[in-house]
Amino acid sequence: MIEILTTGQLNTIQDLGRPGYLAFGISHSGAMDRPALEVANLLLGNDRMAAGIEVAYFPFRARFNVNCNVAVTGVDCQVLIGDRIYPSWWAVHVQQGQTIILNRPRSGARAYLAFTGGIDVPLLMGSRATDVKSGFGGLKGAGLTRGDRLNLMPGNKILLPEGGLGVKWAGQAENPGEPPITIRVLPAAEFDDFTPESKHAFTTEIWIITANANRMGYHLNGSVLALAKPLELHSHGIVAGTVQVPRSGQPIIQLADANTCGGYPKIATVIDADLYKLAQASATTPLRFSIASTDEAVNAILMRRDAMTKLQIDLRLHLGY
Amino acid sequence: MQKTAIRISQSGSGALLLDAAVGAFSDDVQHHLWEMDDRIRDVPGVIETALGMNNVLVIHDPLLINAVELERILRSLWLRAQAKRIAGTIHTLAVFYGGDRGEDLLAWAEHCRMTVQEVVQRHTSGIYTVAAIGGMPGFPYLSGLDPALAWPRRAIPKSGVMEGSVIIGAGQASVMPITAPSGWHILGHTNTGLFDPSKDPPALLQVGDTVRFAIAAVVI
Repeated sequence: MIEILTTGQLNTIQDLGRPGYLAFGISHSGAMDRPALEVANLLLGNDRMAAGIEVAYFPFRARFNVNCNVAVTGVDCQVLIGDRIYPSWWAVHVQQGQTIILNRPRSGARAYLAFTGGIDVPLLMGSRATDVKSGFGGLKGAGLTRGDRLNLMPGNKILLPEGGLGVKWAGQAENPGEPPITIRVLPAAEFDDFTPESKHAFTTEIWIITANANRMGYHLNGSVLALAKPLELHSHGIVAGTVQVPRSGQPIIQLADANTCGGYPKIATVIDADLYKLAQASATTPLRFSIASTDEAVNAILMRRDAMTKLQIDLRLHLGY
Repeated sequence: MQKTAIRISQSGSGALLLDAAVGAFSDDVQHHLWEMDDRIRDVPGVIETALGMNNVLVIHDPLLINAVELERILRSLWLRAQAKRIAGTIHTLAVFYGGDRGEDLLAWAEHCRMTVQEVVQRHTSGIYTVAAIGGMPGFPYLSGLDPALAWPRRAIPKSGVMEGSVIIGAGQASVMPITAPSGWHILGHTNTGLFDPSKDPPALLQVGDTVRFAIAAVVI
């Protein structure tokens, strides 16, 4: 059992999400930075769908009342276990009674914590992800609070090297260094309904992530985007990454917990492979949109999948699971 | 039905949005999409669909079926689509109109230039069809609202609209399945729950079901 000592409501139990229920109006949810949680689970030999903790509020502290392995990935933050300091993208064995502290990162937004076996909360519609907006999944459908106790599923008790094991994977190299970060998009249904000036501004100017940025979506600040003529759209399904432009002319990027339908004009959609960059971008981060081709977007998915498969094979050979 | 021109656009690399709308919402177009939706789900490489109002979002694995091929299939399915009749369940929801949990009842009657009794009478005499479910868990888009009762949505959505709120937005009616922000107007509330994540299916209402509202009480 793991006891939460310091947390914020923004920290939630997540796995890779709840696809298949859009027809019931249910969001995909799941980790905002999916590859980070995938790697954390790979480091421990966990099932792909094992649930971990998405930490978006720091510092985070928890006490282990069990011997297990723990992995921290995602944002580059300082991890303290007992009196030792570890970097992120690291897996290590922890003893019953030890405490883990994730300190506030200098930049970036979300850390992922995985544990041997994954967190044992009820599977709802194929997932353990917390859908805070709708109040179900995870632990009582809400963010973690102090005193919460999390049980672990039976897992693969792999023997990690003394001092733990770090990992570098292809995705990390893409990690946005100096802002502005570049987010690749495909044009969406109403792209050509915007004025030429607005299309130009969208793809060339700098956009700032406002403080109104959470798992539902990021509101951006920049030039005012305008349609060439007014449009009335019926409610339609949307995906994570949809860039909507409401009447204010300021774009909103819909993300993991967004409503499954929308009615605003859509100028573009962030390609799947770049969603993790948004997950790691906090308020005030400047970004740029760059139009990609469908081939580029699909190739990026393939490269990501291949990198993940290669990492899995390497880890299996190395750790013998 | 004369098949209207559809627009198909990309929603990222793993989804296509098929938009069959021609101006105002059409029940006929929707019935064709109901039938087509079943066939789309059978296309290899399609993961899931989200039916909207006169449109459908098709999520696919681009490594199994590419967007160009899927678009070709969707166009051919649309040409062959038939109107689907669904013998859905009939649900009667008892509504407490007005009071603290129906804050817009009086303003609604005023907007419609009717008495409260009249708007409530007309709202309860309507026969509504679940055209689609979406937006939030179990949220029904109901067609069949008397056009005389229509009221444009709020300019600014209201936060924390309570579960069970009976609402209208523009020409559509609905009921809040969870507590969430909404730009629709609140007429009253029902105690019938529309969403339970532990049930299979999690939503009480299904596409094609019929909904009627009955008066439990009117508080002015």
